[in-house]
Amino acid sequence: MSPSAYVTLSVILFAIGGVGVLVRRNAIIVFMCIELMLNAANLAFVAFARMHGNLDGQVIAFFVMVVAAAEVVVGLAILMAIFRTRRSTSVDDASLLKN
Amino acid sequence: MSQVLASAGSTAAATTQSIVFWLLAVVSVGSACGMVLARRAVHCAIFLAMIMLSLAVFYAMQGAPFLAFVQVIVYTGAVLMLFLFVMMLIGVNSRESLVETIRGQRLAAGVAGIALVVLLILGLGHAAIGPATQSVANGGTNNLSGIATLIFTTYVFPFEVTSALLITAAMGAMVLAHRELTSPKLTQRELSKRRVASGRPTPLPSPGVFALHNAVDMPALLPDGSPSEISVSSMLARREIGGDGAPALPAAPPGPELAPHSEQTEGGSAAPGDGDAGQPVEASSKGGAPS
Repeated sequence: MSPSAYVTLSVILFAIGGVGVLVRRNAIIVFMCIELMLNAANLAFVAFARMHGNLDGQVIAFFVMVVAAAEVVVGLAILMAIFRTRRSTSVDDASLLKN
Repeated sequence: MSQVLASAGSTAAATTQSIVFWLLAVVSVGSACGMVLARRAVHCAIFLAMIMLSLAVFYAMQGAPFLAFVQVIVYTGAVLMLFLFVMMLIGVNSRESLVETIRGQRLAAGVAGIALVVLLILGLGHAAIGPATQSVANGGTNNLSGIATLIFTTYVFPFEVTSALLITAAMGAMVLAHRELTSPKLTQRELSKRRVASGRPTPLPSPGVFALHNAVDMPALLPDGSPSEISVSSMLARREIGGDGAPALPAAPPGPELAPHSEQTEGGSAAPGDGDAGQPVEASSKGGAPS
């Protein structure tokens, strides 16, 4: 398959992830959709690496994975802290700063 | 394995690759849609696992076996397990309400998503994405050695920054998950005093032992025939209410679910003694718990 097919697939996955971030209100599912977007970006990186014939894109994708893992750890810890105090994971409920 | 994947240049291998690509593309896009649409968080996690595994196959097909394995180990193994772990801690049955807080938000989000796809694909049409370069410049070595060479030569400074990031993330997770003890820890003497003062010094009754069933979700029948609701774990009672799909009150007693449940499990093979024991259960569920 040509790299453009992979890039198109990554575009579609990225858009679905973005829609999920906008639509869902459970914070865990929002996190999962962000992970989907990062994975789609990784797929595009790997496809571009194959197109250019070098390994730089794969290394960048590797770094994206590391950053995503760190982000998940901190994000889920924040989620646990919010749930502990407010007993809810809905992103609509965390509006204490608004008033 | 990388040599096998790299030598896939023949037409048969290309056909196989395109078949696998279209199959997994459909699977991954369908799973992504399912993840957005699924109501339960656990189903979303399963869909995400499917997407990540198919992405790992995509990486392997594109000559990136190292990334494929890292994808399986780090994402599907570690990150997704972390998601499931937090999900179990927070409560598997926590459903989000389906009422839109902003009017027309879902429609607008869908339109924005489609617009994003159209925009990016139009941009891709203008970009010059050439065919795959056949010989991936590995420097004469395999994929793993090439990536290692790049990480420790060209990208050595970002790599070191990454280590700092990981240490910071671990510290942050520990600080955020840490709970300060605001009161001194209770000793065993104080705990036993509190237990006696609570009015129930004995352990709670076991579920279902003297009832019709010995299942853990059946409340025990007390000697006067009334079900003891405290014998069922609060987690189980909540799950049974949540499983019905009805937005029942969280404080609803498990009594109303008792009668249909016993009908389902017993069926027609009810022992003659069951009718006698079942009547006080129904009577108490209709008339409230007798004191």
